[in-house]
Amino acid sequence: MTPLSQLLPGQFGKLASLNPERGVDQRLMALGLLPGMVLKLIRKAPLGDPLAIEFGGQVVSLRLAEAENLIVDVSADCPIQRPRQP
Amino acid sequence: MSTPDAGLLVALVGNPNTGKSTLFNALTGLRQRVGNYPGVTVARKSGTCDLGDGQKVELVDLPGLYSLAAASPDEQVVIDALAGNIAGDRRPDAVVLVADATNLLRNLFLASQVAELGRPVVLVLNQADVAKEQGLRIDAELLSRRLGGVPVVLTSAWKGEGIADVRRAIARALDQRTPMKRVVWPANIAGALADVAATASADTGKEVTAADAQRLLFDGNATTADRIGWTVAQREKTLRSARDRVRNSGYNPMAAEPLVHYAHLRAALEGVVTEGRGKAGRTAAVDGLLLHRILGPVLFAGIMLGLFASVFWLAKFPMEWIQSGVDAFKGVVAPPLDAYPMLQSLLTDGIIGGVGAFLAFLPQILILFLFVGILEDSGYMARAAFIMDRLFSWCGLNGKSFVPMLSGFACAIPGLLSTRTIEDPKARLATAFVVPFMSCSARFPIYALMCAAFIGPLYGPGWESVVMVGMHCVGLLFAVPTAFVLTRFVLKVKPQPFVLELPRYQMPKPRDVLWRMWQNAAEFVSKAGTVIFAITIIVWALSYFPRDAAVADRIKAANPAVSEEVVKAKVQAAYVEQSYMGRFGKAVQPVFDPLGFDWKITVGVLASFPAREVIVSTLGVTYSVGEGAKADSQHLRQAMQDAKWSEGPRAGRPIFSLAAVLALMVFFALCSQCGPTIATLAQETGGWKWAAGSFVYMTALAWIVATLVYQVVIRLL
Repeated sequence: MTPLSQLLPGQFGKLASLNPERGVDQRLMALGLLPGMVLKLIRKAPLGDPLAIEFGGQVVSLRLAEAENLIVDVSADCPIQRPRQP
Repeated sequence: MSTPDAGLLVALVGNPNTGKSTLFNALTGLRQRVGNYPGVTVARKSGTCDLGDGQKVELVDLPGLYSLAAASPDEQVVIDALAGNIAGDRRPDAVVLVADATNLLRNLFLASQVAELGRPVVLVLNQADVAKEQGLRIDAELLSRRLGGVPVVLTSAWKGEGIADVRRAIARALDQRTPMKRVVWPANIAGALADVAATASADTGKEVTAADAQRLLFDGNATTADRIGWTVAQREKTLRSARDRVRNSGYNPMAAEPLVHYAHLRAALEGVVTEGRGKAGRTAAVDGLLLHRILGPVLFAGIMLGLFASVFWLAKFPMEWIQSGVDAFKGVVAPPLDAYPMLQSLLTDGIIGGVGAFLAFLPQILILFLFVGILEDSGYMARAAFIMDRLFSWCGLNGKSFVPMLSGFACAIPGLLSTRTIEDPKARLATAFVVPFMSCSARFPIYALMCAAFIGPLYGPGWESVVMVGMHCVGLLFAVPTAFVLTRFVLKVKPQPFVLELPRYQMPKPRDVLWRMWQNAAEFVSKAGTVIFAITIIVWALSYFPRDAAVADRIKAANPAVSEEVVKAKVQAAYVEQSYMGRFGKAVQPVFDPLGFDWKITVGVLASFPAREVIVSTLGVTYSVGEGAKADSQHLRQAMQDAKWSEGPRAGRPIFSLAAVLALMVFFALCSQCGPTIATLAQETGGWKWAAGSFVYMTALAWIVATLVYQVVIRLL
């Protein structure tokens, strides 16, 4: 289980859990990012923050600090690129 | 049925980036009205839509949003407008839901929430051409059946395809009044919602709809409770036990709404969309370039430089035309009125001059909005915010603050108007507050005059450019900490998380961009114009009256051997000196004494409050070289270099010492001296509170910093 903020660009993951009490997570849920959804970290902004993630056919940007509470399962059965760092 | 059709209201609702506004323009044919919802700075755009059979309805374009959870003012307006809770506005008779055909599931979440209101619905699947290109086949008929028989129309608003079908579908919805099929809530949630509705209704004595109950149960904020007057004490226990009931059924109460809706929609969309062979869009490839780690910022800088240069340089020509047009007009109007000097001055200096100075802003506003419109509609604006966010987030602003602040370097007014692209109310207010700090082009003349008259001759052209660049940074230097303090300690508005869709790139539709540019300009002229006009007339009157003919006679008598032009300039100076403005300037000069300003500079500063560029021509008048003075005027430079203190401890020393020159420039860099900016700030923040706050803060800050500069530099040298 990895926080979304630690994913590498190009890496896929399956959303394991989020914190529905937080505004950010509520926004993301409204966009369809619900537990079990496969997502991909597309890239980080040139200054390292925010992130661009893809899920459900859309690309959404969110800040690094706000991505920490989104826990992602990188070993689930989705097209995976193994993390290159521990 | 023979109801008068003109009274019917239809609302247009949808996610951002669905082409909703393009559809709105196509349906109303630009027969539109723009107003404001009461109490909030959300525009109410509406227009007349012909349903094709002679029937006409009013169509209102509600702000784009992803969810009805009332987190921002825009979202609250949509909820209230749809439910008919806005004073003076009717409840819509039907709702047109606009969805992006390429991403139906996400778009239908909002539709499914709106269905809970039970209004007749038309579902428009826009951008059907793009969906087709991508190989998506959509069975509209099947979707219509799954959603309870509501009309489902495929359109490409950009190409103008399917618009007539939408008109017919609206007519059908108004006639048959078919509501969209609602989600089936699990028994425990349905029970909890019923409890909330019943208790809230009993406690407040008001009708509480199913949709109200959902907002009360699912939203963390209290907007709906406040509206119906359900107090904390009354609702606390009911809501807690209702949420416990939801939790016991296995749902987190804060996640239940999207979970249930999305499950419902997945089932409804089963078999509706089939993926065939198609082209993947180019968006990902373009992003690879425009958001590249190194190339991205370089291209960004290039695009923004282009935007800034256009606002700054392209606007110069029309601004000069307006200026020369105004001067020519004055030249025509003035001579016949030579016998009536007061009327002549009121018309030329007051009314024509004032209106002209105001109109001179229009080219910059139009050009900026043209470019902002292109950036927004193409999808690049979201990328710009993505690239810049890190630089702005630490002081409470966000990536979208960049364009308004950059525009502020040309002119604060278009900068303020472009803060409308910032959704987060807190970041928007803070951005609007700091935009006037950017060194706008109206500050340029005083910098140029001071540098050319003092810095250049004394220290050489090298220092002249250093000071010039430095002055352009002073405002920015104070703006950033201001934003930090404002968002951290002053603004009570809840910040919105910066969740931003990076939409598909798209060719902007010229008609939409031009139309929005025109609407923004028209709104600016009609709203800010009247205030600015009033301020101009007041300042004119203060520096014109009283006007005793004896003053002119005395000057003429004292200077018998001097050329007529010089006498004229001296008379003008004498009149200003004894005008209310001049007397006031002399009276308040002690306030500006710590900054090293004499009464002549003080009058210039005071007269510059409506428009800071006035300082150069006012100094021209008070230093008796005539009001036509420009920043490059040799006479004015000479007169200022020669000016000496006539009394007091500094008697005999030059007034324009390096300390005073720097203090004057810093004062102009920071002071709030622009009537149009204040009026626009009031308009954009929905009241005079922030405009007044900005005026007081900037003026006080300018005084303090300029005093420090003067007192430090005068002691060092």
